Amino acid sequence: MDGNRRYGKKQNLKEGAGHSAGYSALMSMLRYCYELGVRYVTIYAFSIDNFKRSSEEVQSLMDLLQEKIEGLIKEESIVNSYGVRVYFIGNLQLLSEPVRLAADRAMLATAKNSKAVLLVCIAYTSKNEIVHAVQEACEEKLDEVTEMYSSKDGYGLIRLGENEEGERDYLVKLVDIEKHMYMAVAPDPDIIIRTSGETRLSNFLLWQSAYCYLYSPSVLWPEIGFRHFLWAILNFQQNHFYLDKKRKQL
Amino acid sequence: MNFKEEVQLLHGCIGQVGNLVVKLLWHLQHVMVSLWYFGIGMADSLESYCISKGLLRRYKSLHIGRLRYLAIVVESEDAHQTAKIIELLEWLAAVGVKQVCLYDTEGKNFLESHENDILLDQKNFTLEFASFSDGKEAVVKAANVLFMKYFKLSASCRNQEDQIFTEAQMTEALKAVGCIGLEPDLLLVYGPVRCHLGFPPWRLRYTEIIHMGPLKFMRYGSLRKAIYKFTMVRQNYGK
Repeated sequence: MDGNRRYGKKQNLKEGAGHSAGYSALMSMLRYCYELGVRYVTIYAFSIDNFKRSSEEVQSLMDLLQEKIEGLIKEESIVNSYGVRVYFIGNLQLLSEPVRLAADRAMLATAKNSKAVLLVCIAYTSKNEIVHAVQEACEEKLDEVTEMYSSKDGYGLIRLGENEEGERDYLVKLVDIEKHMYMAVAPDPDIIIRTSGETRLSNFLLWQSAYCYLYSPSVLWPEIGFRHFLWAILNFQQNHFYLDKKRKQL
Repeated sequence: MNFKEEVQLLHGCIGQVGNLVVKLLWHLQHVMVSLWYFGIGMADSLESYCISKGLLRRYKSLHIGRLRYLAIVVESEDAHQTAKIIELLEWLAAVGVKQVCLYDTEGKNFLESHENDILLDQKNFTLEFASFSDGKEAVVKAANVLFMKYFKLSASCRNQEDQIFTEAQMTEALKAVGCIGLEPDLLLVYGPVRCHLGFPPWRLRYTEIIHMGPLKFMRYGSLRKAIYKFTMVRQNYGK
């Protein structure tokens, strides 16, 4: 959702108004997605890298996030009208307590919704996600291993240290890491849209985007409309057969 | 057949015809999208011709210093087209690129067996190969390195997770398993779709990804334009 600040400057809006305009654009886009039957939508709301911004801007973004998260659980909100389950994806411990609590409440309130899913990446980077998943996988494996060998009087523990036989003989496997990814609650995305013509992923879904169509329209996020969404879908459909074939080849 | 059955049959027929019309419209829509891209392709070819003849002043000089490391993604099927690949690498060397990573999903290291190649003998040009196994599989190997550290340290005292499970430690572990690769500044995708096809995720953080079209239609002018556009980008890195 790139381009909120640029939009604000372009329209001579006051500080932070660009992000509010971005929020309205987000609500429209979510409506189009859910109307068209898109089941999983992930948005990059706040990166760990964004904490580097000025404290005033970070605080104003946090206030906006808290306000909008609380708005999500209201009766008339989009998540209730479309039966959307909301997940907050990222290192939530980095958030201030009010925002974290609001996120927990929203996840709890929407836990029973099952028609569609909204994943909000907040205090997220892909590298942080990968390291976290590796840590969880290792901690789980350590508990398993300790339990398994504790009954064998340490013999098994000694053997573990020597266990470097074949290349495929790993204790921590790919499936162990992947199940601990924050994004494990959703399948890999089919299309990633980054607005404002920026062509990099900026630490977003690096692990999950191997066979994903990357689309970079030049429009600023607050100016995105239905025609951009439709064009993205048409492009995705043009490339779907090829990417599906590639995915299956693996 | 009574009246009710006739009406139902008519509804069924109308429904089928309606479906057929919608499908035809959908196909027509996609034909128009393809025609649009065909037109764009023609315009790009013309622009590329002008760039390679030096007719467009903007692309004449490139601030190549900003491009320290470039990666190229090719289709595994195209990896056999050694002549095309070498031509591309020669273009890159001519433009002033010094470090290149060549990636294809299956890792068909076609050039590794290519001897007597003048390009690869050039002192200031380093070429690295990568494949899908340098991505997720490498992270698995690195995870096991970290696990062994964690296991050994946990025997003495617990709560070492904060020191072992960091991005820096992961990078070191990846180096230890042979994945030393840097993060490319620019990634050029030579294929039908703008998709990185599993390029190692640990190295893609801030990489600019540009789609160049299929390898068989590669053009020198388009390459210059892509590098020029890269040199004009200003990243905030989240700030």
